[in-house]
Parts: sequence; structure tokens; C-alpha cells
Amino acid sequence: MAIKKFAVACYDDEEVLFPAVKKVRHSGYKMHDVYTPFPVHGLDQAMGLKETDLHVVGFIYGLAGTATALGFMGWIFTSDWPMVFGGKPHFALPAFIPITFELTVLFSAVGMVLTFCYLNQIMPGVKKHLFHPRQTDDLFVMAVELNDQVTEQEVVDFLKTTGAVETSVQNAETEWWYGRWDKEEDYQLAGS
Amino acid sequence: MNERFEIPARLKTTSLVLMIIGVVTLLIGAFTLLNSNAANHEIMHAEKTRFWIVLLHNSVYFLLITVACVFIQAAVSLAQGSWLIAYKRIPEAIGANVWIFGLITMIILFLTAFVFNIDGHNPIYHWVHPDGDKILEGKRGFLNPAMFVGFTVVTIGLWSFFGRKFRTISIDQEKASKNATQNYWKTIRWSGAFLVVYALTQMSTTPWMWIMSIDAHWYSTMFSWYTWASAFVSGMSVILLIVVYLKNQGNLEIVTKEHIHDLGKFMFAFSIFWTYVWFDQYMLIWYANISEETTYFKIRQQGPYGLIWYATFVINFIMPILILMSRPSKRNYFTVSFMALVLIFGHWLDFYIMTMPGPLGEHWHLSWYELGIFAGFIGLFIFTVANSLTKASLIPNNHPLLKEALLHQS
Repeated sequence: MAIKKFAVACYDDEEVLFPAVKKVRHSGYKMHDVYTPFPVHGLDQAMGLKETDLHVVGFIYGLAGTATALGFMGWIFTSDWPMVFGGKPHFALPAFIPITFELTVLFSAVGMVLTFCYLNQIMPGVKKHLFHPRQTDDLFVMAVELNDQVTEQEVVDFLKTTGAVETSVQNAETEWWYGRWDKEEDYQLAGS
Repeated sequence: MNERFEIPARLKTTSLVLMIIGVVTLLIGAFTLLNSNAANHEIMHAEKTRFWIVLLHNSVYFLLITVACVFIQAAVSLAQGSWLIAYKRIPEAIGANVWIFGLITMIILFLTAFVFNIDGHNPIYHWVHPDGDKILEGKRGFLNPAMFVGFTVVTIGLWSFFGRKFRTISIDQEKASKNATQNYWKTIRWSGAFLVVYALTQMSTTPWMWIMSIDAHWYSTMFSWYTWASAFVSGMSVILLIVVYLKNQGNLEIVTKEHIHDLGKFMFAFSIFWTYVWFDQYMLIWYANISEETTYFKIRQQGPYGLIWYATFVINFIMPILILMSRPSKRNYFTVSFMALVLIFGHWLDFYIMTMPGPLGEHWHLSWYELGIFAGFIGLFIFTVANSLTKASLIPNNHPLLKEALLHQS
């Protein structure tokens, strides 16, 4: 939970956006994020985002699923309520495999979806600051973080030279929050 | 760019040496095993049987790999996939040699079924002389000599025809005018036809006839899927090895890590598919626990073959799932080539466990004869495929999807 100050630049063309991203990275200004109305191929690489570790988490969830299934069934059928099915041993491993497989897939899938939602800050009922209403429609929006070492004017002027069609300076909550209220008042307090 | 492949002297020597090893092993086998005069009758019969069953095992394995490569090529063409186009000459070159392996397999199958017998009884294909066996008499409609001969000839004939057809069309495209797509659509039509043939042979009836009928009393409807999965993984591994080899030779510079990644994904995914079918076949029989069916697994899992049985599971499932799961390892030339070699051997062992236990029982060997014949087939494979590769440009320059293939990202 932190309110920060951003210089926001809007672009109306991918062809302009890519060089702009490159220039901002070169300039040394701290790029907060780029918001686009649709997935833009190659933007991750252009922004220098590192590869996600989501699949590693998925593997761990999968292992947790395997362990849960085998452990639970093993415990039930050997010590909690031992029963004989079709003359098979109590710990009938081949019979457990299909359920173990399903639980591995289930844990890994559900876990990855939830982790993905958490990392991307999307969840039912969760709110996030919108830098520009048209960032979900037809504008590519880039937010550059402002700090003590740069002046507002300097960054805005720089962003204009990269081809931005619209620029602004905003105070914004960087994290997501839960609930229906928005945080306009908080920004005004922090901004003043 | 080096579009033409010239066989390096070292590869030629290697393949010739391997083929000579194979032929010498075959000759020694013919003199010692086939003319075995061991005092113990059981061992004598086992040695004679071993001579044929090893040939059958290797020839069928290699034939199914070559046909799997034709299938891979046809399936990708039918789906209009571009990821294989950069190296489509490789499955085509393998496909052009289906007839050689088909001919060898056909000769071995017919000799095994109709020439080989001990005291009027065939130890490998019991159904050739049912001798009043009620179960085999009941299966006469499918398992009889006429059906075996007819089916084998038709199957191998069709496979060889399609293998050569795809290559001919593809090379015709080189001479066609720029941007001509007639041959492209022609390939798609022939691919559709081939998939039907392939589904009716390799994916259903052929492994029943050639391999499953070794244990003639036993049957499993999943058997063909299981052999197909083996052949598919091995086919992908073979294509990958040839791609990496050609890249090391300075050919095929257009193939990048993106393409290697795709092959790695297929090896990984179909190793898991193989395990799925392998385990399903096992689990249903284990659960039902009917003695007619469980005998098949009794000898393989708990009997003298236990070690190989578990080894195939470790090599074909545990190793790929652990080693090939992560993205960097599928993009690393060393790991994928290493896994390709391991998987080819693993699925060779898998075919071993399908063929040997029925006729040989506890008198199994995995020594000079088995490995020598294996080496011979590897040598023949390298020799014939390398020869076919030299005969055309390695890059399908005139293919409509070539540009898409070069830009491919996985």
C-alpha cells in the first residue's frame, strides 16, 4: 500500500509504443508498467520483464496434490478404516494412481489460476487504479514513476518527445484494494 | 548457407561398421544359435527361437519408427503446421526408406511364421499350427496364414508407397514456379488418405497381428495405441537427433532453439501419453485379476523380466518427466539429444519386453546377439537415411510456409 506519483503517457499506435518503451528504458527513468487494451506480442521482451516463475509454482502445487492424494488414501485404507477390495492389498497403489493423477492436475491447475490472479492483481471485487479510462479501449498507456531525482516537467517533456498523444501527472495507489470505494480522496491528501 | 548435405567420411565409416557388426552377428547367430545342439532340449529350442525373435523385434521396431516419421510429417501437413517445415526433408528422407525396412520386416515375418518350426510347432506364432487349441481355433478368422500374408503385404506396400509419395511431391515443389500451391494442397490430400491407412494399420490391427499374436492367447485392445506411442516418441527422437547432427555439420542453419523446443515438447508430451496407455493396459488387467489376462504381466513384472519391466518405466517416464519438464532443458541441445538417445533405447527395451517373454520364457538374454542386431539396424538406418538426405536440398526453398517456419517461436 503505497501512493506514488506517476507521469502518464498515452500512445495510439503500437509502432510508436515500441520505440517509446525502448527510449524510456534507455533514459533511465523508472518505468512502472504499460497498459494495453489487448495482449501485445513482444512487449514483455521490450520492457525487459523477466520470465514468470508461475510454472515452478505449478510444479510444487502438483507435488502437493500427489502427496495429498497418496497420503490421504494411504492413511484411510491402511490405518483409519482398512478394507479389502477385490482381494487387493490395503495399500493398492495401482488403484490409487488415477485419483492421484486427478488430484495432481487439480491442485496444480487451481493453484496456478489463483496464483496468477494474485500476481496480476485480478480477483472478483478487487479494485485497481486506472491511469486512463481508454487503456481498456484503444490507448496504450505507459506510467513512469517520479521520484526526488527527476522533475515532473522534465519527464513529461521527455515523454512528449517519444510520441505520446496525451500526458498527465497522477498520484496513484500502486497496489490493489478490496471494496467498492475508490481512493480519490487519499490521492488528494497525499498530493497536496 | 549449406543447403546440400554431403555424407562426412566419419558418418559413412560408422554406418558401415555398424552394418558389418550386424551382418557378422547375424552370421554367427545363424551358425551358433540356429544350429544349436545344446544337450538340454529346452535350451536348444530357446536358442533357435532367440535367433528369430530378436530379428523380429528389431525389424518391427525400426519399421514402426520409420512409419511414425511419415505419420508425423503427414499429420503436420494436414494441420497446415509450419513448425516442422524448416526440417521437413528429414521425416521425408526417413519415409523414403520405409520400403527397405518394410521389405526386411516382411521377409523376417514370413520366415518366422512359415519356415521356422520345431517338431511341426511354431514357438513364436503358435496360431500357425493351432493343433486343436480351442482358443486359437476360435481366433482363426483373424489369425490365419492367409490373413497374415495378405495383411502384411498390403500394409507394408501402402506404407512404402506413401513414404515415397510425400517425398516426390515435396521435391516436385522445388521445380514448380514461385508461389505455386498445387503441390501444397496435393500433400494435404495425400496426408488425409495416409492418416486413414495409418489408423487402420499401425494404430489398430498391425501390432495385434505382428506383436500381440506372439502371446496368442492373450489380447488387449489398447495394445496398438501403446506400440504407437512408443513408435511416435522414438520417431520424434530420431528426427531430433538428425536435426542436431545436421546443425553440428553446418547444415540447417535455419533451425533454431525454437524448433528444437517443439521437438522436445513432443518427446515430453508423448512420453507421458505412452505411460498413460502403458499403465491403463496394466491397471485394468491388474484390477480385474482374471488369470487368462494376468499371465501376460506375471512373467513380465514378477518373473525373470522384472528388472527390464521397471527399467522401461524409469527410462520412458521418470527420466523424461524430470529432465524434459523445464523450458531451458528443452531448449538445450545437449539435454534433448541425450534424452533422444535414452528414449530410443528405452523404447527398444519396451519392444523387447513385448516380444521376448512369450516365446523365450526365462531363457532370455540381452547380450551380443541382441545388441549386435540392434547395431546392424542402426547402421542400416543411418546409411539409408543419410543417402536420401544427400539427394535433395535440405531446405524446402519453395514451400509456401517456409517464411512462417523461419519466424516460428515456440
